[in-house]
Amino acid sequence: MVSLVLILVASLFFTGIVIRTKSLASGRKGSGIFQPMKDIFKQFRKGSVYSSTTSFIFQIAPSFYFASVLMAILAIPLGKYPGLISFQGDFVLFAYLLAFGKFFMIISALDTGSSFEGMGASRESLFSMLVEPAFFIVMGSFALLTGETSFHEIFSTLHYGSNISYLLGGLATFVFIMIAMIENSRMPIDDPKTHLELTMVHEAMILDNSGFDLGLILHTTNMKFAMYGAIISNFFIGDLASMYTIPIFFAVQIGFAITVGLIESFMACFRMGHNPQFIFILTSVSLLIFFGVLLLLERFV
Amino acid sequence: MKTLIELFNLTAIATIVALPFLKVKGKGIVTLIAICLQVALVSIISIKVFSGTPIDYSYLGSYITGAIPVRVDYLSSWFILTISFTFLTGAVYGLHYMKRYIDQSANISLHASAYILTFTSLINLCIVQNGLVFLVIWEIMALSSFIIIIFEHYKKETLKAGINFLIQSHVSILFLTLAFMWVKIKTGTFDFSGITTYTSTEPALIGVGLFILFFLGFAIKAGFVPFHTWLPLAHPAAPAHISGVMSGVIIKIGIFGILRVLLLLKTNFVPIGYFILILSVITGVYGVMLAIIQHNLKKLLAYHSIENIGIIGIGIGLGCLGLGYNNQLLIVLGFSGALLHTLNHSLFKSLLFYSSGNVYQLTHTLDIESLGGLIKKMPKTAIFFLIGSLAICGLPPFNGFISEFLIYLGLFKSLSSVDFSLTVLMMFAILGLVLIGGLALICFTKAFSIVFLGESRHISMDKVENEKPASTLSFYAIVMLIMAIGVVPMLFLKVLALPVGQFAANISIDTAFEYSEIASTASMVGIYSAVFILLVVFVFLIRKMVTKNRPVSIANTWGCGYNGSSKKMQYTASSFIRTYRKLASSFLDIDKHKKEAKGIFPKVVHQETHPYDKIERWLIDKPIYNLRQLLSRFTFLQNGNVQSYILYGFIFIALVILVPEIIEKIKFLINFLNQL
Repeated sequence: MVSLVLILVASLFFTGIVIRTKSLASGRKGSGIFQPMKDIFKQFRKGSVYSSTTSFIFQIAPSFYFASVLMAILAIPLGKYPGLISFQGDFVLFAYLLAFGKFFMIISALDTGSSFEGMGASRESLFSMLVEPAFFIVMGSFALLTGETSFHEIFSTLHYGSNISYLLGGLATFVFIMIAMIENSRMPIDDPKTHLELTMVHEAMILDNSGFDLGLILHTTNMKFAMYGAIISNFFIGDLASMYTIPIFFAVQIGFAITVGLIESFMACFRMGHNPQFIFILTSVSLLIFFGVLLLLERFV
Repeated sequence: MKTLIELFNLTAIATIVALPFLKVKGKGIVTLIAICLQVALVSIISIKVFSGTPIDYSYLGSYITGAIPVRVDYLSSWFILTISFTFLTGAVYGLHYMKRYIDQSANISLHASAYILTFTSLINLCIVQNGLVFLVIWEIMALSSFIIIIFEHYKKETLKAGINFLIQSHVSILFLTLAFMWVKIKTGTFDFSGITTYTSTEPALIGVGLFILFFLGFAIKAGFVPFHTWLPLAHPAAPAHISGVMSGVIIKIGIFGILRVLLLLKTNFVPIGYFILILSVITGVYGVMLAIIQHNLKKLLAYHSIENIGIIGIGIGLGCLGLGYNNQLLIVLGFSGALLHTLNHSLFKSLLFYSSGNVYQLTHTLDIESLGGLIKKMPKTAIFFLIGSLAICGLPPFNGFISEFLIYLGLFKSLSSVDFSLTVLMMFAILGLVLIGGLALICFTKAFSIVFLGESRHISMDKVENEKPASTLSFYAIVMLIMAIGVVPMLFLKVLALPVGQFAANISIDTAFEYSEIASTASMVGIYSAVFILLVVFVFLIRKMVTKNRPVSIANTWGCGYNGSSKKMQYTASSFIRTYRKLASSFLDIDKHKKEAKGIFPKVVHQETHPYDKIERWLIDKPIYNLRQLLSRFTFLQNGNVQSYILYGFIFIALVILVPEIIEKIKFLINFLNQL
């Protein structure tokens, strides 16, 4: 319950911080950190335009997407406080729920019959397929390290004893930041700023959405960011008391947001054709984590 | 009980005898009634088995076969129920599907008889425990399913695919015959219990060898890579309800066979587990990798059957490792995952095939590239296809997730409990399963959206009729079961505890405790799924409430300033998977013809891709080609001259008579020389 509330709170200002960081880095003053939320509320108040090509799939997909991410957040713990629902193997369900939302976004993009959105959908489906192994290997490695199989149990028993385990935590943080960047279609993979179809992935998929639906999709992106931030913060919280965990949680979220802003300010978008290779690198980094865990447990024969 | 089983078989025989004498319209209805009756009978049997004790009786048999034991245990009952349900929905759907062919009266009689015969033989395969009788029924099953596949035998490809199926089925029978003969020679009995007595006295290597022989036979039927090549040919050739039944349950008899042999064997299960697990991961990934590049809807679904056989195999492999290492948890998770996925796959795959049948009936094509926008003409079929797609991708809250979840849990649990090589193997299997899931997502977003969404790509929508309500009649029952497994999995797991317990009891391990733990985890997943459904509905209702008074306008799809018809500019199936195709090109075998635009006023350009199976090319086509090359050296013998054929006959007869004579003479000569 704690984590759900905290993530929802963090999702309100996360993108704002990213945008603010970017403006400061480029020498501008920038808008307030709640500006993205204000924009989303503006979308909620607007009417919609639907394409004559679309069917009901296009109208239900944003709600499904939103619900799936919200549901996935329910499984995320905060230190020693479990998520609303916690059981063995809940991270499998977590990953598959996100995939459920993605499925609907992809088919809704193809529902418009637009070539831009088809392009975005094609890339999104491929990238999300490629990124999935990294998530599972990292979670598998931590399951191996702790001997547990649920988010809450893994994170609450995760304690860093030796130096190598800190390295593992650092690597896992890197992997999760990159997963979050790919899942949210941010800079090195995708450029949300430009509306040039050659560089777009996620943005291209929602070209035809408007009004309430667009607001839902935008806020879902915020929630996804905060959700990954919560997972990353869990790497560092362990089983501390709540007076430490909540500040750490927000510190990690803000740090994560600033990192995203800095990455977006100082990195160029990759060439689209090289993205699959880059995403594969994530899988190999997560394999490093796996072998690190094996080393830690002295399992090498 | 005995009378019920006999009544079951008698119903089949009586219906088959009666069918030719009926009018065309009556044939379908009588078949449906007969199948209903049969399903009712075997359901009573299975439910009795599940609630009470297993059935075990024996026929006297003949001198050749020996006694014919009939045993209905929990494993048989699980498969009987799975098979019966799909055959029932298949018959209901088939009744609608066959209306189009009503003028082919004789053909329909044959088809209906073969349908009943296939069903009857499948059920009998589950309960008979005599090797020779098993083989005979297996042969009946193979022949009758050949007949139901080639319903449209006047089409050349159909017949070709059918014959391919027939030959590969017989290769499978060959392996099985060898395996049963091995046991018969060593123990002198065809009874299945001979396998147990034989392998318990011999070293483990013999048991593993015997298993591999059985596995080869059953794997061809089930479609494990590299024995899968008949599947993608046979499915598109058969009528839709047959494809559904074939992919849903006929290939599962191979899985049943593997499980049955595992129950009977007494050997070292560790190497078997490794073998099945590795082969299954390859099967799963390879199946879905090829599925993505298919542009024929049914062929795509056929490759997905291979993928799902892989997932079932991963479960079985996991269970075997559990047996080998005496790990209760793995036995429970592996076998219950495999058995549940067998049921799940039969549900969503038959749903998908029946839906594709509706697409075919209204558009007369299965080529994904020429379809599009069908959701407006057939909304119900589209929704059912969507549910099937979500379920086959293993997404919650549908049934596919539950079985994949059990297998995932087994893989993650065994990461930490055993030795190094097993940990690495488990990671490999997890990677495989994750890739299967991700690739399936690409494949089904492609299949669903290109066929049903957007606008039609080649076919004129005016010519497409609206769907008939009768065409989706049987879908409701399937979807209900799909949802039930997704939301209340513990009910099904409770039943599954019995067949899974059989495997554990075989090595005298009690799995009750682990099982209850798993069941409670699964019920958590079910609750989570139910909450998810409620949340989705809730969000959607809120959206509806908020947007009720908002202005809504309809316009063209945003085209970056271009406002004309964008039909031809839509993404197609090939363009959707283009990046994937390039990434995976080294595993694929795609024949591509391209004519590019040249000059200032380019003429018509076109591009064709024909996906082919690399394994089929190297394992089937190349050897056959080489064999034909070799045999073609002897074509001079076949010169069309009747005189020379008569001469061959004479030469043959002369050889038959002379050769023994000559041998006698030579022997005599040698003896004579020896005596000198």
